Amino acid sequence: MSLVARYLEANGLPTVVFGCARDIVERCGVPRFVFSDFPLGNPCGKPYEPDMQRAIVEMGLDLLVSPGGPQPTFVVPFAWGDDTTWKEKVFTKEQPFLEGEDRDKWLRRKEEYRQLKAAGKV
Amino acid sequence: MGEGIVNDELPKRDDVRYIDKTRDYYRGEGYEKDYQWARFEEIPFTPLTKPLSQCRLGLVTTAEVSVRDAEVPDNLARDVYALSIDTPIDRLYSRKASYDKYATTLEDVNAFLPITPLRGLAAEGRIAGLASRFQVVYSNYSQRRSLEIDAPEVLRQCREDGVDAVLLAAV
Repeated sequence: MSLVARYLEANGLPTVVFGCARDIVERCGVPRFVFSDFPLGNPCGKPYEPDMQRAIVEMGLDLLVSPGGPQPTFVVPFAWGDDTTWKEKVFTKEQPFLEGEDRDKWLRRKEEYRQLKAAGKV
Repeated sequence: MGEGIVNDELPKRDDVRYIDKTRDYYRGEGYEKDYQWARFEEIPFTPLTKPLSQCRLGLVTTAEVSVRDAEVPDNLARDVYALSIDTPIDRLYSRKASYDKYATTLEDVNAFLPITPLRGLAAEGRIAGLASRFQVVYSNYSQRRSLEIDAPEVLRQCREDGVDAVLLAAV
């Protein structure tokens, strides 16, 4: 997603990226980034919390109108909750990121894609 | 600028280091070659040149959003596709499997595709409006694909829709 944002910026379109993986977005580098320290999946606020969602979108709009060049990462002033064990558990054997059917599907698609690519079809 | 905390002022960073975690995770799964995350020194920048209230905004998500009871896009091709911004939000859903399913859900579309808050802001005149469609981009392993195929397609559609700025939500 950061690569797409960079491409749009380089071609004259201002962007704001909303994300939960701060290290990945910062490594790539985008000019406006609203970071929520939430589990992967909800870059625009917690589910079913419309006030928070709106506030986060507005923070993005504020960033959009900020003068000058690329802005430092903007960290939203919301916490996911008191329980932060998700931070330790994500991407561990205990909580495999893709498992069961999802993992099988992913591996199958990967193989299909590899074959299509080998045949020059993609 | 809201009440947030800007980068350097953050007293202590404890955000998840996904680059380190995924590297360790996939090594544990037997993958020998680490994924090389994109890294650039220069950051491109385009300023917003008109007032926000005159801006039409584009919206892009990686949440593999589809319309209920409608044909699902071809997952294998992983091409950028667009859906009407006027699709009732309760008819949209995410097919994405790659998210932290132990900690959260993708059941509320506005948490990764904030159409409802943006509609509210448009109704209040804070922004001029939204593009007639939003774009769905797959999270691709290939950075070359993202840069040479997906990004130009998003740009093409945004230009066609006359958007002034783009919000991108990464799931």
